Amino acid sequence: MLKDLLTTKTVEVRTDCDSWQEAVERGGELLENINAISHHYTEAMKQSIVENGPYVVIAPHIALLHARPEDGVNEVCMSLQIINTGVHFGYEKRDPVKLVFAFGAIDSQSHLKALQQLMELFNNENLLEKLKNSETNSEAVKLLNKYL
Amino acid sequence: MKIYTVCGMGFGTSLMVKMTIDDILADEGIKANVEAIDMGSAKGIEADLFITSKDMLGSFPEVDQPVIYLENMTDKNEIKQKLNSFFNEQDND
Repeated sequence: MLKDLLTTKTVEVRTDCDSWQEAVERGGELLENINAISHHYTEAMKQSIVENGPYVVIAPHIALLHARPEDGVNEVCMSLQIINTGVHFGYEKRDPVKLVFAFGAIDSQSHLKALQQLMELFNNENLLEKLKNSETNSEAVKLLNKYL
Repeated sequence: MKIYTVCGMGFGTSLMVKMTIDDILADEGIKANVEAIDMGSAKGIEADLFITSKDMLGSFPEVDQPVIYLENMTDKNEIKQKLNSFFNEQDND
């Protein structure tokens, strides 16, 4: 499931990123480009951080962005940005964020398998380290394919 | 037993924690119904236990049932450890 979602179209290695806003916009844009979400969904992901704070940084150096299905999701989807130098979300203990995941769900069921695999990934220190150090999109996708 | 995992929207981390708990309970042979919900739904709900993030301290509604606050919602070891201490305390009561 996760490897069907995280492909060369939705995984991007970036040397840097200026702001969390930019990270959210790009995370959404990758999914807008494959018509999986609307631009409104991207805006909703950003708005949720403005309103609720940087709690999307769910673990050290990892952010998980999403909004609600009704904000504009066409199909279950996920993007991943690997930001080599990291970007600050304002969550002091967990910044800088180097892995930015963004996902869209259509209900509370159909993305369960993807989340389950994501949880496995988050508990695999070795893979996380390798992912953070990926230098190209294809290297990152290859890594994910090998482990997932 | 009814356990609720709670996050901001009930679509992301709370679901990941729910699935992790399902696995742990299956391993331990404990029967429970685990459901992921958003924070707004937590108040007034009938539950035996709530599990949420430390980030929610302060904004989590006042409830009569015990609440486990996790330092890191993605850390399977922490979830297991805190869940086990909860069950051990229950056994001692």
